[in-house]
Amino acid sequence: MATAEATTKTLKVQRFKPSENPTNTYLTDEKGVWAWMTTVDHKKIGIMYLVAVAFFFALGGFLAIALRTKLLTGASIDFIDADAYNQLFTLHGAIMVFFVLVPSIPAALGNFIMPMQLGAKDVAFPRLNLASFYIYVVGAIFTFIALALNGLDTGWTFYTPYSTESGSSVIWVTTGVFILGFSSILTGTNFITTIHKLRAPGITWSKLPLNIWALYATSVIQVLATPVLAITLLLLIMERWLGIGIFDPAMGGDPVLFQHFFWFYSHPAVYIMIVPGFGIISEVISTFSKKTVFGYWAIALSSLAIAFIGFLVWGHHMFTSGQSAVATTVFSFLTFLVGIPTGIKIFNWVATLYKGSIKMDTPMLYVFIFLFLFSIGGFTGIMLGTLSVNIHLHDTYYVVAHFHYVMMGGTLIALLAGLHYWWPKMTGKMYNERLGKISAVLIFIGFNVTFLPQFVMGSQGMPRRYYNYIDQFAPFHQTSTIGSYILGIGFLIMLYYLLHSLFRGEKASANPWGSRALEWQATSPPDFHNFGHTPVVIHGPYDYHQPMEEFQLGLAIDTNSHSKEAEVEPDDPELDKWKNYSLG
Amino acid sequence: MGRLFDFMLPEAKSPTADSTDALFHFINEVSLALLLGITIAIIYFAVKYRRRSKDDKTPVITHNNALEVTWSVIPLMLTLVIFWWGYTGWLNLRAVPDDAYEVKVTGFKWAWNFEYENGAVSPNELHVPAGRPIKLVMISRDVLHSFYVPEYRVKHDVIPNRYTYVWFEAEEPGESQVYCTEYCGTSHSMMLAKVIVHEPEEFNTWLATANIPGSGTPVEQGKALVETNACQSCHSLDGSDLIGPSFKGIWGREELMSDGTTITVDENYIRESILDPGAKIVDGYQNQMASYQGLLDDEQIDAIIEYLKTLE
Repeated sequence: MATAEATTKTLKVQRFKPSENPTNTYLTDEKGVWAWMTTVDHKKIGIMYLVAVAFFFALGGFLAIALRTKLLTGASIDFIDADAYNQLFTLHGAIMVFFVLVPSIPAALGNFIMPMQLGAKDVAFPRLNLASFYIYVVGAIFTFIALALNGLDTGWTFYTPYSTESGSSVIWVTTGVFILGFSSILTGTNFITTIHKLRAPGITWSKLPLNIWALYATSVIQVLATPVLAITLLLLIMERWLGIGIFDPAMGGDPVLFQHFFWFYSHPAVYIMIVPGFGIISEVISTFSKKTVFGYWAIALSSLAIAFIGFLVWGHHMFTSGQSAVATTVFSFLTFLVGIPTGIKIFNWVATLYKGSIKMDTPMLYVFIFLFLFSIGGFTGIMLGTLSVNIHLHDTYYVVAHFHYVMMGGTLIALLAGLHYWWPKMTGKMYNERLGKISAVLIFIGFNVTFLPQFVMGSQGMPRRYYNYIDQFAPFHQTSTIGSYILGIGFLIMLYYLLHSLFRGEKASANPWGSRALEWQATSPPDFHNFGHTPVVIHGPYDYHQPMEEFQLGLAIDTNSHSKEAEVEPDDPELDKWKNYSLG
Repeated sequence: MGRLFDFMLPEAKSPTADSTDALFHFINEVSLALLLGITIAIIYFAVKYRRRSKDDKTPVITHNNALEVTWSVIPLMLTLVIFWWGYTGWLNLRAVPDDAYEVKVTGFKWAWNFEYENGAVSPNELHVPAGRPIKLVMISRDVLHSFYVPEYRVKHDVIPNRYTYVWFEAEEPGESQVYCTEYCGTSHSMMLAKVIVHEPEEFNTWLATANIPGSGTPVEQGKALVETNACQSCHSLDGSDLIGPSFKGIWGREELMSDGTTITVDENYIRESILDPGAKIVDGYQNQMASYQGLLDDEQIDAIIEYLKTLE
């Protein structure tokens, strides 16, 4: 065990206070388009993912606005006909799930932050990391080819036999998602290895930031679940292309089997999307409360519990599908169990606020929004896990509202919290705090105006994926559409102030939030190798009762050598005297 | 609050709905109480413990086992209660009473067809007697569909090559809306039907006079076949342009084909279009229709031709 070894080792460390005006950063080190495209630097790859995710989010959001606009009226309109509408909601779902939510936190923010939180120079396999990004790009290209051909009208779930006989470009999109899956698997493998092997001296498992625990749990799910999606999509492609009957009853297949395969991936995938969000919330809530996280182990282990139980609940998507009654009962029971660790997290976060020193900056505002919206998502999940009630609510707008509260109110809001939290670190610039808050409040209002009415109309019986609706539902649909416009305005404001920050923003200091976490002990933006030294960690990332200088210790080794002992320049005024520290 | 939750649900018209509704209310109330608790705690802490100076010192509170156990065990108990309650309610939804009246349901793109004990059929209208349990035995002819009546709180997927069922009991005469809730393509949102609940004697009268396929003149038979196969959901009867060419005035019409030829609609063209719809496509339309080979026999095709002749 690393821990046992560390307790017996005494290291000579010295203080490295991060410079406020770094001359060399990862942004100045390799310049130019080609350097970016071929970089193996985890930070640049993280930024490239972030740009790609932002692009797809804008595209998916635009599709959402278009389909909400159609739903202002329940009648047929010329501008968007039924087939176009079916394509809109399918592409909105597929893009948001596969191209935004799955890679957003782990591949974009995780890539940037994880090695820094571990005190590593990079991930374990930097080239594989770049390969993951290009695999993602290839997957995206396939999807765009599909768009240019016949589009896709199967819903993001590709249910058979509709997807077997649909005239749209099912094979192109499924091939794209199949390829995309490998990006996810490779990122997961890379992260697991990095977390196991590249922790800086002193980072024991009990000093791991909760963000790392969350990314670890996520990576495990990515590696174990994604292959099943690949198999499923491959079988679907074989059925369409070669006419091998697997799911299509006309060829002797079983359409319910497809649903089992599909949800065996896609339910754990929900946790691939939300668990890394939990990690961000833990980081931000501790920093802005200036207080140690309450229930560290409860939060860390509940991520792993969710990852594990999350594999055993896929059948709750299929209560009305005709699966066996025994399966239905067991899946309902297990679904309630997965709610418990999620509840534990919420309570621990709220308890962290108790007696804290709470500063309501934009990232913290997003955390509060997250806690409120995600709680609603969780409670309505309990509602949907309940057998008799599920029969009524299944495939209605209630489900649509529920998963938007979880995926957008949860994952996306957590992503925004993380983006605003780490923005100064990533870009070295501050953003306009006032506009940040205004945009957060608009997004909060817009979100609720959009999705609260959907709970009501869903309970009243409005089915999802409907191009037309009966008059009874008109007021709810119209309110919902207005809400989506408010949301859109909120995001446009964000786009404006973030771009403004990039070009004209104030310089950010190394640690503008006064965090104790390791990534904030690097310069803003960080050095090409993150730290100019090997960080040595003697306290946990949330130990706000310890003095800041004890978080700025490290071994003065040349970043290009592997030697443990290092030379130090004695006359460097920035460096304190060597000190002896026992780790453990 | 009770009023809001009542407003959220449609009227309950089947005996099993009450248990579902009671549970819906219970979960809403518990959730709302917890959500309020969490929200108030967050706001209270955010105000009370707001940062007063940069050098604020915070206490080191790492964990509290008693609290962890409390907020694990209480939600666990609550969810177990909810699970059991939902489970027993659901068992009632699956256990069909012995004296249930059976109706056969066929779902297809994009209509419902209901078939009764005496062979009568009623497209997109399910006629049932009040006060008697009804069991629907359902199958799909093409892709997945789902049969949903919000007022009865019942729903089940309708699957090709396999029978599934739901049951309900309509308490009062009246009408209820039926939706398809499994996405099935272009006109998914138009795949609606009505449940029409009669007094028992009135139902028997209706059943005795209802259309039985294969009875009546060829034109009447053809009309019934067009309705039960929902041809009109793609081929309008009033001349409006839907997914396929309108039936209005189709007989003897000259049509430009997508390959540039022109044909006149006659018996052979209609027959071919029913059995092999992709053979000749009218210009401006997509090849979307499925073949009716094996679903309609020669006599039925003749009847449809006779009926189309009358649509001038």
